[in-house]
Amino acid sequence: MAKRIGMEVAVAVAEAVGQCDIDMAAVYPITPQSHIAEHLSDLVADGKINAEFVTVESEHSAMSAVIGASGTGARVYTATSSQGLMLMHELLPIASGMRLPIVMGIANRAVSGPLNILNDHSDIMPQRDSGWISLFAENGQEAIDLSIQAFKIAEHKDVQLPVCVNIDGFQLTHMVEPLEFPDQELVNKFLPTRVPYATLHPAKPVTMGAFSMSDYFTEIMKAKDEALKNSKKVILEVWDEWAKMFGRSYKPVETYKAEDADILMLTMGSMGETAEMAIDGLRAKGVKAGLIKLRLWRPFPFAEIKAVVKNAKKLIVTDRAVSFGGPGGPVFSEIKSALYAEIQRPAIYNYIIGLGGRDVTVPDFVHMFEKVIADKANKAVDTYEFWGVRE
Amino acid sequence: MTKRKGLATWQEITTGCVVFDPGSASEYHTGSWRAQRPVWDNQKCIKCGICYIFCPEGCVQQSEDGFFQANMDYCKGCGICAHECWPRAIAMVEEG
Amino acid sequence: MNIVENFDLYAPRLINKKELLSAGHRACQGCGEVLGVRLMCKALGENTVIASATGCMEIVTSMFPTTAWEVPWIHVAFENAAAVASGVEAGLKGLRKKGKIDDRYIKVVGMAGDGGTMDIGMQALSGAMERGHDMLFVCFDNEAYMNTGIQRSSGTPMGASTTTAPAGKVSSGQKTWKKNMAEIIVAHGVPYVATACPSYPLDFIRKVEKAKSIKGPSYIHCFTVCPTGWRCGSHLAIAMGRLAVESGVFPLYEVENGKYKVSSEMPKKLKPVKDYFKAQGRFRHLGEAEIQKIQKKVENEYQKILDKAKYLKAWD
Ligand SMILES: Cc1ncc(C[n+]2csc(CCOP(=O)(O)OP(=O)(O)O)c2C)c(N)n1
Ligand code: SF4
Ligand code: SF4
Ligand code: SF4
Ligand SMILES: [Mg+2]
Repeated sequence: MAKRIGMEVAVAVAEAVGQCDIDMAAVYPITPQSHIAEHLSDLVADGKINAEFVTVESEHSAMSAVIGASGTGARVYTATSSQGLMLMHELLPIASGMRLPIVMGIANRAVSGPLNILNDHSDIMPQRDSGWISLFAENGQEAIDLSIQAFKIAEHKDVQLPVCVNIDGFQLTHMVEPLEFPDQELVNKFLPTRVPYATLHPAKPVTMGAFSMSDYFTEIMKAKDEALKNSKKVILEVWDEWAKMFGRSYKPVETYKAEDADILMLTMGSMGETAEMAIDGLRAKGVKAGLIKLRLWRPFPFAEIKAVVKNAKKLIVTDRAVSFGGPGGPVFSEIKSALYAEIQRPAIYNYIIGLGGRDVTVPDFVHMFEKVIADKANKAVDTYEFWGVRE
Repeated sequence: MTKRKGLATWQEITTGCVVFDPGSASEYHTGSWRAQRPVWDNQKCIKCGICYIFCPEGCVQQSEDGFFQANMDYCKGCGICAHECWPRAIAMVEEG
Repeated sequence: MNIVENFDLYAPRLINKKELLSAGHRACQGCGEVLGVRLMCKALGENTVIASATGCMEIVTSMFPTTAWEVPWIHVAFENAAAVASGVEAGLKGLRKKGKIDDRYIKVVGMAGDGGTMDIGMQALSGAMERGHDMLFVCFDNEAYMNTGIQRSSGTPMGASTTTAPAGKVSSGQKTWKKNMAEIIVAHGVPYVATACPSYPLDFIRKVEKAKSIKGPSYIHCFTVCPTGWRCGSHLAIAMGRLAVESGVFPLYEVENGKYKVSSEMPKKLKPVKDYFKAQGRFRHLGEAEIQKIQKKVENEYQKILDKAKYLKAWD
């Protein structure tokens, strides 16, 4: 088994992608993704990755170029953040509609209005309905592992969908962590050469991206929805295989002290570890608190979520993005609708936290729990609050 | 090329809507758009091939004898061939 | 003028017989743009991959579940054909050097209308040309956004009436001069740039073949008549293209490594632009003074090209 080395997570993600025999990458720099872009370029420049590296003039062209290259059957990678992801937005449903197994790293960052370069999830949330498989990493090791697994999931014959790996900007991308890189030979075994369902090659001319009128459009959308839903089975298989080969297991929904919890909190991404510390503190005081960490955002793991919240009385959903004028944070709405039909379900609270890089500390999480526990009459249920906002 | 019967169900939609039949647009016959049809007078034809080159449908074909004619399944009756045929070997006549 | 002067007699013998764009496409009657695409495909041959922008040509050729294309073809969006083409080129290159696909040479071609090239697609095109991909980009310029209903573009000529720059009581249609896209690409320093028109099919085909033979970026600006948008008879697509060239409105030339060459199709003496305007509804509102203003500009622009051809040398 490979030994652990200390490395910046963004650099490590590029290293991990470099282990995946990519044929082509196109990236456009943006903070905090840039270290991924730069290190990928280094690896190509040093001949450590044998791939075409296209230094495109925008993220729109980055996504366009990886779509074109993926259409030829190449294994492709791109990475972005925030405004870059927003610029790509138009192309994301096209990539999934064309069923191209593109892998994209997202160093999550707040979207502008005003400009802010720090971490939250307001870049990925507007992409929710783009038809991409969307995974969230909690730490550097997960960022590496998910980046490699992403290719296998994306290219599986029963999936053929693009995958994005969300890695919190700065909070994760710029941390130096002790990391274990999988053995290259094992990666080669885990990730065989891509077998595309169709390619842009004169040996067998195909048309990709045809125009559809109302006569087929509904069927096409239904087929895509089913494909995304069915990908969960493959994701679980891939994680099983990963656990067997590399000893680290992955689940759509991770839990921490959740089994007997009366009150649960749900986080996504890097804040899980801070929340765990808060839970340890609460448990020491006799509060039966627990944590749910949502790793798989799309396809949404309905069954797993239902199972873990079943016995809890209260559930705090944290959101790192705002759905302006809407019913609460995007994750909150999702969880609520997932549990709507359940006879036994917890009272759900929503805190919008950590916007634009705002620190959320262990005492913050403790305070959230306390506040919800104190709401004996469930007055604040189904409402949302901007945590820590100055009034 | 396979002739399609009815519209596909969602299960039958090809992965990524890829179209695997090159040139299958020819299943659709644009000849019905035509109001006028080109009629060739081979007496005047010098077999230059201009009508063949300029047809936007690519539906003008050369026969064994070297003369040209249009495939009426596709000819839209635009009149380009007649207008460009310098020896005036093609006349446009009303359909009907 | 004797039309046959423009062609070698028995022209079909000189061109690829195989149709790579099938009939059954939905272009309007007499569409000059689809003719341009058809001829381009003949010149390119089978070992080609095309990335197309959204626009008339995309819509009329790819009605799911059928396609008019007999070469590999991909459409992604409106503004990114050049970026998609660069990705296709890079993908094929990456696969080829690892032996994952056979090592035949494949020409990658990006194509778009004037809107997809000169307006919304210009950034992606500039990027692709600057990066030096081995690809040809062809702009099929019908001088407006035809697919969406004849709206003006930066390729619409001065004075033409479109649905977003209509002629009216206080307006003479388009208020701006046509953007010179070919020159913008020349400024990128790419090895080959040409202008062409399907009314001169052998010249157009030769230019596509030339571009195909160049290992590096090349650009062809192909002037294509749209009878629907220009409001002229469907039988006039070829004649209008010819008049555009003969009047100097759309001069045919090529620029190889910076060296300009005016195509032999250009007449010694230009016809008046009025002759070209006459049969087109989009210019019908123009008065004599406006026509003269355009006439002057056309002459000036043509003279610039003649001067460049005379004085500029190849850069290598
Ligand atoms: C981002 C975006 N904006 C606008 C459109 C609408 N649109 C589709 S095609 C088109 C015009 C195409 O014009 P041009 O490129 O000149 O091609 P033509 O149809 O004239 O051949 C427009 C405006 C779109 N599809 N995507
Ligand atoms: S253009 Fe006229 S003369 Fe030439 S081949 Fe056609 S019909 Fe004959
Ligand atoms: S009328 Fe038009 S479509 Fe018909 S054969 Fe002549 S050129 Fe082709
Ligand atoms: S609108 Fe013009 S360019 Fe578009 S298909 Fe019709 S004739 Fe061709
Ligand atoms: Mg146009």
